[in-house]
Amino acid sequence: MKQAIFEITENRPLTKNVFLMRLSGDTSDITASGQFVNLKLDGLFLRRPISVCDSEDGVLTLIYKVVGRGTELMSKMRPGEKIDILTGLGNGYNLDKSGDAPLLVGGGVGVPPLYRLAKELCAMGKDVTVILGFNTKDEVFYEAEFAALGAKVLVATVDGSYGTKGFVTDAMKGLSYTYFYSCGPEPMLKALYRASESDGEMSFEERMGCGFGACMGCSCKTVTGNKRICKEGPVLAKEDIIW
Amino acid sequence: MVDLKVSLAGIEIDNPIIPASGTFGYGYEFAELYDINILGTFSFKGTTKDARFGNPTPRIAECREGMINAVGLQNPGVDKVISEELPKLRRCFSKKVMANVSGFSVEDYAYTCEKLDKIDDIGWLEVNVSCPNVHGGGMSFGTSPEAAAEVTRAVKAVTKKPVFIKLSPNVTDIVAIAKACEDAGADGISLINTLLGMRINLNNRRPIIANKMGGFSGPAIFPVAVRMVYQVAHAVKIPVIGMGGVSCAEDVIELMLAGATAVEVGAANLVDPFVCKKIIEELPSVCEKYGITSLSEIIGGVKD
Repeated sequence: MKQAIFEITENRPLTKNVFLMRLSGDTSDITASGQFVNLKLDGLFLRRPISVCDSEDGVLTLIYKVVGRGTELMSKMRPGEKIDILTGLGNGYNLDKSGDAPLLVGGGVGVPPLYRLAKELCAMGKDVTVILGFNTKDEVFYEAEFAALGAKVLVATVDGSYGTKGFVTDAMKGLSYTYFYSCGPEPMLKALYRASESDGEMSFEERMGCGFGACMGCSCKTVTGNKRICKEGPVLAKEDIIW
Repeated sequence: MVDLKVSLAGIEIDNPIIPASGTFGYGYEFAELYDINILGTFSFKGTTKDARFGNPTPRIAECREGMINAVGLQNPGVDKVISEELPKLRRCFSKKVMANVSGFSVEDYAYTCEKLDKIDDIGWLEVNVSCPNVHGGGMSFGTSPEAAAEVTRAVKAVTKKPVFIKLSPNVTDIVAIAKACEDAGADGISLINTLLGMRINLNNRRPIIANKMGGFSGPAIFPVAVRMVYQVAHAVKIPVIGMGGVSCAEDVIELMLAGATAVEVGAANLVDPFVCKKIIEELPSVCEKYGITSLSEIIGGVKD
């Protein structure tokens, strides 16, 4: 964990309510895909945890959906503004387990943390397939960016307006894969938990106090004991989840 | 040179800054960030007889200048605290630490305190009779003078370490409860614990916190802390550890003027993990600004 001041270099909408923010600052403590950062915003008491979409050479990319006061404030910030950020929080995805043909499954704003992961896995020469799930065509983002990494990208929309009609689990049918990595809303993760034929990892979210393991605000029970989503998580192994 | 040292129930500490229980774990998360030996001491996570998972999530809600938590005393139980957490704590903190204890019966409190009494590294016991987040225990002991006194007597009977009773602000007469603890043999009083609070989500019209209500803390409660520390410190002869919304060196001085011998910092640690380090570094210059040469001399120094 490291505290650093970042400067916004870019902040623009990707869809109606999903934004991309790029910042420059010390990213050296972000060591694994799936980790998150915690932002101190003026006027709000608690920090706001946001997953890392990408981090490389002092450039941090965050993709966030406007859902409350914090993300609304973020959406109004401009290049040049500075944010106090705690970086390198949480345990990320375990690359060692991917096998030759990993499957990455993201739903909605669960998609962003899979980008850095896909980049790493593609660079390792893996045969990466990515399934991106959204409600409708207008919500789709980052399809081209994943494809540019060399991953095979499938999109599912619930209303069928783009890609496979249905859920990510519908787009998964018939695919063969060695391991899966996922992030998305809990109903999606639950469906994936049942539909997946391999081991895998899932990233969870929870309301947090501190984001670095001190307050026990985000604890959950797992097969191997109590875990903090912010510290031992947010990524948990499928076999560790009690569902 | 400003003298920051204070004596806390017979043990001198380098400065009056103490991270509050439940906001500092067992210290090692913070030891990754700075040398926590600069602290006066710290109060470790509330410990109970048996292991507790605590309440369902969400456990956290935000409000203006503060937050609400309903963690519910999650901890591994006193035996594992002693066998697993304290050895890890010892590797990053070499001063006497404060043990925070909770219970669901008078016997629970005595059981846990008796075990912690055997640990040399523990300097003080801080007995929490004020947790608002557990049913059938905690706060119920801190809302009646008789029950608070009974817990105090039971704990004092099993330990030679100084015992601070941590009181709830959710009472009509804090002074009566503090005096009952003093009469029962308490070596000091810690206050205030969190105020009982609640938030409702307008989208689904449900309480934000799964447990519905939780403990309200943060800068918003600071004036309540100043008032209650003032009332209690002027009514008892034993030392008072003041807390509640402290987030800067000026707050520390204000609580000490109200009567606090030392000051705990709680919710602020969760937002700025370096806050206690910053306060300790800023204290000398802020003291100089207000003409203070020795912090121990300003305790209770508020003028009428």
